[in-house]
Amino acid sequence: MALQDERPRGLSFAKILAWATACFLILPILVVIPISFTPERYLSLPSGSLSLRHYASLANDPRWSKSIVDSLMVAIGATVLAVSLGTAFAVGAWRLGVPLARRLRLLMLAPIIVPPIVHAIAFYKAWAVIGLLDSYLGLVLIHTMKGLPFVVLTVAGALANLDHKLEQAARSLGATPSQAMRWVILPQIMTGVISGAAFAFITSWDETVVALFVTSRRVATLPRRIWEGLADNIDPAIAAMGTLMILVTIAIVTVKTVRTQPAKA
Amino acid sequence: MTALAANDLKPAGPGASGERLYWLLLILPCVFLGLFYVVPVVNVLVMSVTVPKAGFANYAELASNGAVQRVLITTVRIGAITTAITLALGYAVAYALVQCGPRERQILLAIVLASFWISALIRAFAWVAILQSQGLINNTLIGLGLIDSPLQLVRNELGVMIGMVHYMLPYAILPLYANMSGIDKSLVPAARALGATPFQAFRWVFVPMSLPGLIGAGVIVLIFSLGFYITPAILGGGKTIMVAEYVSVQISETLRWGLAAMLASTLLASVLLLVFWLSRFMDVEAALKK
Repeated sequence: MALQDERPRGLSFAKILAWATACFLILPILVVIPISFTPERYLSLPSGSLSLRHYASLANDPRWSKSIVDSLMVAIGATVLAVSLGTAFAVGAWRLGVPLARRLRLLMLAPIIVPPIVHAIAFYKAWAVIGLLDSYLGLVLIHTMKGLPFVVLTVAGALANLDHKLEQAARSLGATPSQAMRWVILPQIMTGVISGAAFAFITSWDETVVALFVTSRRVATLPRRIWEGLADNIDPAIAAMGTLMILVTIAIVTVKTVRTQPAKA
Repeated sequence: MTALAANDLKPAGPGASGERLYWLLLILPCVFLGLFYVVPVVNVLVMSVTVPKAGFANYAELASNGAVQRVLITTVRIGAITTAITLALGYAVAYALVQCGPRERQILLAIVLASFWISALIRAFAWVAILQSQGLINNTLIGLGLIDSPLQLVRNELGVMIGMVHYMLPYAILPLYANMSGIDKSLVPAARALGATPFQAFRWVFVPMSLPGLIGAGVIVLIFSLGFYITPAILGGGKTIMVAEYVSVQISETLRWGLAAMLASTLLASVLLLVFWLSRFMDVEAALKK
């Protein structure tokens, strides 16, 4: 009896608030997508007819296509580097298990915690000294560091379930350390690595603040281009670009979840 | 890897050569981060006491410069209000997530995660479209005849807070949900069976048990709020300026690098203090996991 009626009153208020909050959360996505199909030149919801003109202007404006290519190149470069370094670190820390490794792991997390504006000053000054301003390599290095903590976290998570004895068994059967790494450890933690790669890719794909400071003409990622578009005049082409970015993001997250779940079962 | 492989082919005891590989794996990323990350960030701290000349003149501005003080007060105020609203709404969503059926949970979680992954830039853009004077809300209200002239919903503090609460909500919901999932489901009914009203059972049994999650989520939201750049810069429209935007103006327009480095260092120190405080009763790594 008491167990039965404990829910309705308290829960209904929380539930209404929760669903109202959920509507608030989803609202921007529900607005950006229709705006991208407006036939007007200005920011508006389409009334009556739909148009692909803003998608066409994305395709025809070389500045947009250049920034799509720039964003992709930087994100791929940063993902490859972050996954290699992050996986190496996580495996080393897992295998050695020394207190130093645990402390270094906290250092690895710094790029998540340190505010982006601090990064902006730091990289702007340092990159000016070593001549990496407005270069692909310069931005790839920065985005590598921003993605690194996520790779370390996800790979360390995958390693937590892995038995040390597997590696020892491989070694005692004659595998060299690198063979054990390649054929025993890596296949076991692949889901964590893929998940980390997805994180690193989206982190780079989305990174805005530092890119605004360390790039100017030669390198212009999508977030940078959108930021400039917002400063001039608000063009519905940004909604079209936003819709594409939302689709890419959802695709990557879906791949990440689909790839990580069945492998576990 | 290939260079390592050649090296490891030399016969050696299983301990020695193996250990060396793993030490290399561990140290290489640290050297990378030390060189390209730690050195530049420490340089910001150094700049705050050396540019334009050695001494604490930049920090003296904290006490004397009215504009700097206004920016800091605005930042703390917006950060605190954003955190409070985010926690209240996030708590409701997390509570609903643990209480509702699997289907409802799936939909709610999908919405939370979808908004979590969407770029801050796109979200800020969407809020401009929704809140501006010719935007969705004003046009709807005028169309319904509820107001005659558009309300000022954006390019002010209200707009900044709407955008920030929206951005921070998933950062509150996910840790709160993780914490609440760990609370024994039979405790509240047990309190009810012992005669507590639903509110009493919630207030005296459930809330105290969710407190660690609430504090953790609050600190994370506050940390990100204090240093946030994109959303306040776009939705504040140059009128509501938080510390990150002020720093960027110092770098790109007035070129006062020392002042910018000082404010960045102050921001960094505040954030690190909050993290340190959090780490005393919570696993920071777990809290940061998306």
